[in-house]
Amino acid sequence: MSTPAPDELPVVPVRHPGRWVAAVVVLVLLAMFVHWSVATKGLHWDVVRHYLFSSSILQATRRTIVLTFLAMLIGAVLGVVLAVMRLSPNPIVAGVAWLYIWFFRGTPVFVQLLFWFNLPAVMTSLSLGVPFGPSWFHTDPKTIITQFGAALLGLGLNEGAYMAEIARAGIISVDEGQTEAAQALGMTRLLTMRRIVLPQAMRVIIPPTGNETISMLKTTSLVSVIGYAELTFTAQIIGARTFQVIPLLLTISLWYLAMTSVLYVGQFYLERYFARGSARALPPTPIQRIRMMTVAGRDASGRGL
Amino acid sequence: MTSAATPMVQAVGVHKRFGPLEVLKGIDLTVGRGEVMCIIGPSGSGKSTFLRCINHLENVDAGQLFVDGELVGYERRGDKLYELREKEVARKRAEIGMVFQRFNLFPHLTALDNVVEGPVRVKGTPRHQANDAGARLLARVGLEGREKTYPRQLSGGQQQRVAIARALAMEPKLMLFDEPTSALDPELVGEVLDVMRDLAQSGMTMVVVTHEIGFAREVGDALVFMDDGIVVEAGAPRDVIANPQHERTRGFLSKVL
Repeated sequence: MSTPAPDELPVVPVRHPGRWVAAVVVLVLLAMFVHWSVATKGLHWDVVRHYLFSSSILQATRRTIVLTFLAMLIGAVLGVVLAVMRLSPNPIVAGVAWLYIWFFRGTPVFVQLLFWFNLPAVMTSLSLGVPFGPSWFHTDPKTIITQFGAALLGLGLNEGAYMAEIARAGIISVDEGQTEAAQALGMTRLLTMRRIVLPQAMRVIIPPTGNETISMLKTTSLVSVIGYAELTFTAQIIGARTFQVIPLLLTISLWYLAMTSVLYVGQFYLERYFARGSARALPPTPIQRIRMMTVAGRDASGRGL
Repeated sequence: MTSAATPMVQAVGVHKRFGPLEVLKGIDLTVGRGEVMCIIGPSGSGKSTFLRCINHLENVDAGQLFVDGELVGYERRGDKLYELREKEVARKRAEIGMVFQRFNLFPHLTALDNVVEGPVRVKGTPRHQANDAGARLLARVGLEGREKTYPRQLSGGQQQRVAIARALAMEPKLMLFDEPTSALDPELVGEVLDVMRDLAQSGMTMVVVTHEIGFAREVGDALVFMDDGIVVEAGAPRDVIANPQHERTRGFLSKVL
């Protein structure tokens, strides 16, 4: 009996019985969950379907998106300004930024929302002018601090404090040699910050900012406490009126999930953009990956997927 | 007071301390126009610190440092020294090119954008004009056609040549080199030294902190040996290398030659 050459011997891959056991367990649990959610009449999926694309829920979704976007915009701009201030050689400027962050991180955002909303009750006039001198602009705070205004102020100013720490972490992560090289070219501190340090800091700033945006999307639900009709408040109103609380909560959960999913995609492409020049080759986008797999699948290897 | 007779760099009793550590203990040096001065010495001898004092990346604690006849970092009015404002310090730095050991290229910008960043943002040169000049500079350092390449895609030697082009783009009157070849693989050192040799032959005033004794001997007009914060020995490179007068110089040269 002749022994075949080693490269002709059949190869037996390692078996993975654990994967099969896990798959069976998960399938059983999934079947139980689907059965429960269909069989439980109280969930009322028909009501969910009815409200999912109703005009009131769609409008509330739009408001949640606008509020999230604007609050994050205020937070991000404020955060970068505060971070640059905290790293300023001017001790007064740095101290003011520290105090701001200390205050807004140290009080609950829920309390801040209530505070802004109730402020017009004790503050009857708002004016712009010389301190203790004449004023050019005068208004009633109630015209600025509406429900939307209070929501935006509360969420945006609070977010600024958190974004400041994220931006500061990004800035100090950039190698000091970059600042030195920029200074050696004759660039001033602020020009160096804007052109050299911040673009590189973005790589470190983006991932936690994506996290903050997702967090903000859900924190907007706190605004229901001051009666701004975003998604959660609207669902509560409809739920209370129709006694369909659970179906309405399911409806808005689906919307929150859909919106966070979109943010995942946005973050992926943003990270790619700011990674330019930092890696020899960028990781492929999902579309490129699918194309690679299908093209490779037609190749001789036959191991595309 | 700038004239042909004014030295490019003049140090008079320059002292520098970091906390309790005195790094420079009175440096007296003069670099003439068009001269190439190489500074050698063991690590920690203060040679890099001295170089960084010349463009005010570090400030001097005592003594005086002049570049092109002007006091670095201060302005003398009457019998008082006024610390310069950030803008004025920046304006003076713009006239001095610096090349770093670790290149310090801007990784988010292409090779060409690295080179034109200074002229466009600091000098206000129009972008198209700066781009043309930048491309010529990249060609001069042997990197024609690499304009759109990012620093990470270049070898160490290529990166350092981009860094030299970036410094030259500001049309400096003085170039400082801080161990420009120390972070390079041995086979890449030559290409950077070639660029520096050409630059020296074009008449640029250069102060080079280096471990390349061969370069110092061949290109340098003056060689300075520093140790422990003082200038131990200075003179014509050939004399200092062939016939060192001090024990410490002899000890150092015997290790690096």
